[in-house]
Amino acid sequence: MQQLSVIIEALPYILQGAGVSLAIVCFAMGVGLVMGIPMAVGLVYGHPVVRNLIRLYVWFFRGVPILVLMFLFYFGVFDLLGLDLNAISAVSLVLGLTSAAYQSQIFRGAIQSLPQGQLRAARALGMSDPQGVVSIILPQALRLSIPAWSNEYSIILKDSALAYVVGAMDIFTRTHFVASRTYEHLALFINAGVLYFIITLVGVKLLLALEKKVRIPGYTH
Amino acid sequence: MTQTPVLRVENINVTLGGKAILKDVSLSVNKGELKVLIGPSGAGKSTFLQSINCLIPPVSGNIWLEGERVDIENRKKLHGYREHVGMIFQDFNLFDHLRAADNVSIALRKVRGMSRKEAHARALQELDRVGLGDKVNLYPAELSGGQKQRVAIARALAMDPTVLLLDEPTSALDPELVGEVLAVIRDMAQSGLTMVMATHQMDFARALADEIVFMQQGQIIEQGSPAELLADKSGTRTADFCSKLSDLCEGSC
Amino acid sequence: MPFLDLLIPALNRGMAMSAMLIIPSAIFGAIFGVLVGTLRVFGPRPVRRIFDAYTALFRGVPLMVQLFVFYFGLPAFGIYFEAYGASVTCFILCSAAYQSEYIRGALLSIRDGQLKAGAALGMSKLQTVLWIVVPQAFRRALPGCGNEIIYLIKYSSLAYLISCMEVTGEARAIAAKTFRFTEVFTVLAVYYLFLVSIATWLLKVLEDRLHIPGFGRQK
Repeated sequence: MQQLSVIIEALPYILQGAGVSLAIVCFAMGVGLVMGIPMAVGLVYGHPVVRNLIRLYVWFFRGVPILVLMFLFYFGVFDLLGLDLNAISAVSLVLGLTSAAYQSQIFRGAIQSLPQGQLRAARALGMSDPQGVVSIILPQALRLSIPAWSNEYSIILKDSALAYVVGAMDIFTRTHFVASRTYEHLALFINAGVLYFIITLVGVKLLLALEKKVRIPGYTH
Repeated sequence: MTQTPVLRVENINVTLGGKAILKDVSLSVNKGELKVLIGPSGAGKSTFLQSINCLIPPVSGNIWLEGERVDIENRKKLHGYREHVGMIFQDFNLFDHLRAADNVSIALRKVRGMSRKEAHARALQELDRVGLGDKVNLYPAELSGGQKQRVAIARALAMDPTVLLLDEPTSALDPELVGEVLAVIRDMAQSGLTMVMATHQMDFARALADEIVFMQQGQIIEQGSPAELLADKSGTRTADFCSKLSDLCEGSC
Repeated sequence: MPFLDLLIPALNRGMAMSAMLIIPSAIFGAIFGVLVGTLRVFGPRPVRRIFDAYTALFRGVPLMVQLFVFYFGLPAFGIYFEAYGASVTCFILCSAAYQSEYIRGALLSIRDGQLKAGAALGMSKLQTVLWIVVPQAFRRALPGCGNEIIYLIKYSSLAYLISCMEVTGEARAIAAKTFRFTEVFTVLAVYYLFLVSIATWLLKVLEDRLHIPGFGRQK
């Protein structure tokens, strides 16, 4: 089979792209997490001005397609800011900025689902509000967020295929590259689909294991 | 004096997941009677009530309503039969997307074919009867447990049931709400409605039941008037069970 | 201003194409989603299996990969799609997979007691489904299904990658011609924000219209 030999030959090359895809996803999830948590806290406990600014940010990044954000930042904004980013960092950053908007909503939902008494009890023990949020609210909210976070992971992984439009050498770009030489589009893109599918499954399973590991007995929502 | 029982079930057998839940249970109910089923949880009271109107289909057994055998294999006949046998559930099972009045009127419209206007008027009348004349436009999520159960009763009464089955109607309620529901059931009993009711409310059973039916492990163990079964030193299983129940209650109250 | 004179007509032209992508995809995606979701709950076991697999597949693989398979891959089988046809087909199949997930969840969320209560009142199976199950499931599924349509609006931009000249494609062409990337893509972002905000607002109005206590939208 012609198709099979093409895939076997190209697989090591494409698998290197899996590393790139994973690096993009990890970096984007990280940026989203680091920005998303304070944004969520700001949305729940912040000053109205702060809250509205965060809302504006969320509205923008949730309302514009990733492809358009990619074009806007990679060809426009990053240039204006004088940032000279390579393709991989640029993709990761754009995905991360977008993910921050979504993750802030995940954490906000989790914080708001906690009983009101939690922060009150922390205050009653003499904690300041920031102390209470950091040591009482967030440990609970983050645990509750893991399922939604695993969903976010699979979305970002799929979106990471957009690395193709700026030429970062991820699974998709490499697949396209090989396909345009060998004309075996069908087999190669199905192969790419299978790779994405597997990486999604493995990641979701890992996050499920994490959820079990940090689970507190009797703590369900 | 022999009268045709309103409802007669004979040798009902129910198996769930290969386990026999009901074994040859028979019961006959005369017009205007209130039969009270009691017994420990897991005795099969709820299964029995639900098998009477085939929500849980019996594997064998016969059912007669007003002397006429019910052909439970025939779907159309079954639906027609259920129309005449009202059911009150432990957890209310109000239709969550409908206002109180629409909960009561939907079956009148869809099953009885009444006009919207007629059915609504009847619904208001029934809700008024259970003391909820001012709650007709509320959704189930806006009602208390006791109010929900009273809407459920109105829903069943609106169909003019020949017999009403009540499956522990007060056991999902907060203690302070039990009274309002029992009061409605008492009114129904006094107005001569034929009823079969599973309950743990012994005082209620003692005062109003025509007959008490004691069930255990899927069988009827004893049945008789409250006076016979509940008398001190009668030595019946029923009296024994009830004294345990009241011990438990006094212990916790 | 000559720049805007160039940009705005191009974007409007692209927008018409985007609408031609989004509207049929949303409609047929929802219809198939309801069918697939219902079959995944009530269908016979083999049918359930097949559609579960279909859903997992289309939800687990990037939409871009699906588009490339349809556009570049299927000709190997002698199936030729134009860019437009490939895009709409892909969007419908993918959207149906996501929609079916919400429908399935909504159907499963309806408690057994609701069906029992219907039966106890003498309703037939069909009557119970029609008057009890459908109205409840519809409300439960609405927020998710509406959200899916908003996603569809955004992901319709991917059609440009297989050379379907919708609004993103038109913008890209103008940007390449004028080298004014920031301006062009900012205006394009405004177009999408407008679309998405309108859709979000419409969805909210619909949800409020149909709101029933006890069927709250997830916050």
